[in-house]
Amino acid sequence: MNWRMMWATNVRVLQQLKGDPRSIGLIVVVPSVLLAVVYWLYQNETLPPGVPRTFDRVGLMMLAIFPFVVMFLVTSITMLRERTSGTLERLLSTPIHKGDLLFGYALAFSLMAALQSVVATGVAYWVFGMDIRGNAGWVVLVAVVNSVLGVALGLLCSAFATTEFQAVQFMPVVVIPQILLCGLFVARDQMNSVLEAISNVLPLTYSVDALQQIAGHAKATGTMGTDLVVVACFVVAGLLLASLTLRRRTA
Amino acid sequence: MSHRAEMPVPGPAVHPPVPAAAARGRAPGTLSAASADTVGDSVAVEHLLVHRGKADVLQDISFRIPAGRITGLLGPSGSGKTTLIRALVGVQRITSGQVQVLGLPAGDPALRHDVGYVTQAPSVYRDLNVLDNVRYFGAMHGRSRADALEAVAAVGLDGFLRRRAGDLSGGQFNRVSLACALVAKPKLLFLDEPTVGLDPVLRADLWAQFAQMAAGGTTLVISSHVMEEAGHCDSLLLLREARLLAQLTPAELRRRGGTDDLELAFLRLIQAGEGNQAGPALADADAAGTPKGRGGKR
Repeated sequence: MNWRMMWATNVRVLQQLKGDPRSIGLIVVVPSVLLAVVYWLYQNETLPPGVPRTFDRVGLMMLAIFPFVVMFLVTSITMLRERTSGTLERLLSTPIHKGDLLFGYALAFSLMAALQSVVATGVAYWVFGMDIRGNAGWVVLVAVVNSVLGVALGLLCSAFATTEFQAVQFMPVVVIPQILLCGLFVARDQMNSVLEAISNVLPLTYSVDALQQIAGHAKATGTMGTDLVVVACFVVAGLLLASLTLRRRTA
Repeated sequence: MSHRAEMPVPGPAVHPPVPAAAARGRAPGTLSAASADTVGDSVAVEHLLVHRGKADVLQDISFRIPAGRITGLLGPSGSGKTTLIRALVGVQRITSGQVQVLGLPAGDPALRHDVGYVTQAPSVYRDLNVLDNVRYFGAMHGRSRADALEAVAAVGLDGFLRRRAGDLSGGQFNRVSLACALVAKPKLLFLDEPTVGLDPVLRADLWAQFAQMAAGGTTLVISSHVMEEAGHCDSLLLLREARLLAQLTPAELRRRGGTDDLELAFLRLIQAGEGNQAGPALADADAAGTPKGRGGKR
């Protein structure tokens, strides 16, 4: 690892984003708009006293899912461009270490994700009065870890796509099953055993579980810590596998 | 294709009629194959073989390139120029043979600071401005902002520092790619068709700049399919259908071809070569034709 090269890569990716204000706008604004939609969707539900609103549950999970999906897409397309434009081959003929490149990417996109989730979490709290027991800071942390997960999986998947069209098609393959099985639609203990077993090996399941811990407990719990460590392991595994797909010598 | 067993020095073995010529084209000091290894040589290639799928992309290529010279790599499209350059840079998987660059195997990590590579399709970030592109690649070699500015000025783009690379014209975009290699101040610079799609004035400027770099001690290997550019080189590697036809100087090529027209001389050399092989002599001589205004692969 070389910090200067990693930092240069981070700065370069952010400069590329800076030149594209529309993307920044979409990254920052869209989650809040969708949160508003969810809020109004459940506006008229009638609840027995003491039962939390559906928005508090679904909205909270969406705070973790947005950065995951967005960063997955942004990363896989950016990395694919890097591969097809020849800049990757050129970079790999310089002294840069693969880790510098991957962590530079991960750092730049997690900064964007932090910005996105601070805005979305702020909107959820102050505009829609989201009511959870735990600290909002933990929610932002989970969101950022999730975005890095999206980056890692995006970097990996870009190796299996040869066109941007294919890269986008990886979303239904990689992202949607995780959203279906993470516990957002049906609690995991109510799924059949096959689906539950699958959900046990999907990383998003653990981020959603971490959020449920935050929602239910005023203090950080050990389970939440374990969940975050599991997600972090998926991130490291994803980045390691992605680094294997970066070859300095090709046929 | 008939099998040829040995070919340490390319020209003579393939083309018996002109053995001395190829040897004379080589730089002094590299003449005797026995002379102490690679002293003075930037590149030494022995029996390089590259297969891709079932096709031979390079067949038994051997040559040496002395330091501080401009070597032109010339041949028709599809003759293996890019593959050869990629093998020298160390990004090409090779089937067999040896490629030594500055005394190390091509692609050795220790070479990454010293070897620059400008790909045929300009490989820079379209959504970054000119200076940011050059600074980023410079950062990989620990170069400063001042170095980046110098490299941009060297390719004549100092008026476009803040312009997005993607908004530049084709020729300017090409030169951003070149600046990204120059900023590293490599000892050895490989350029794959750097002048494709450039106007004559710019081409002349670039060749003048290459000459200046060579005078400063940089070794340059420049591929082109435009034979008239061969005149700018100190030495030529002529590639044809995956084989090295000859290594010689432009003057030597003119003499052997019996004409001052380098393109015609190359054609005659090919025909002579095919005459020596059992194959049909003139069948596809026109395949070696080098349409001048051909746009590059983008």
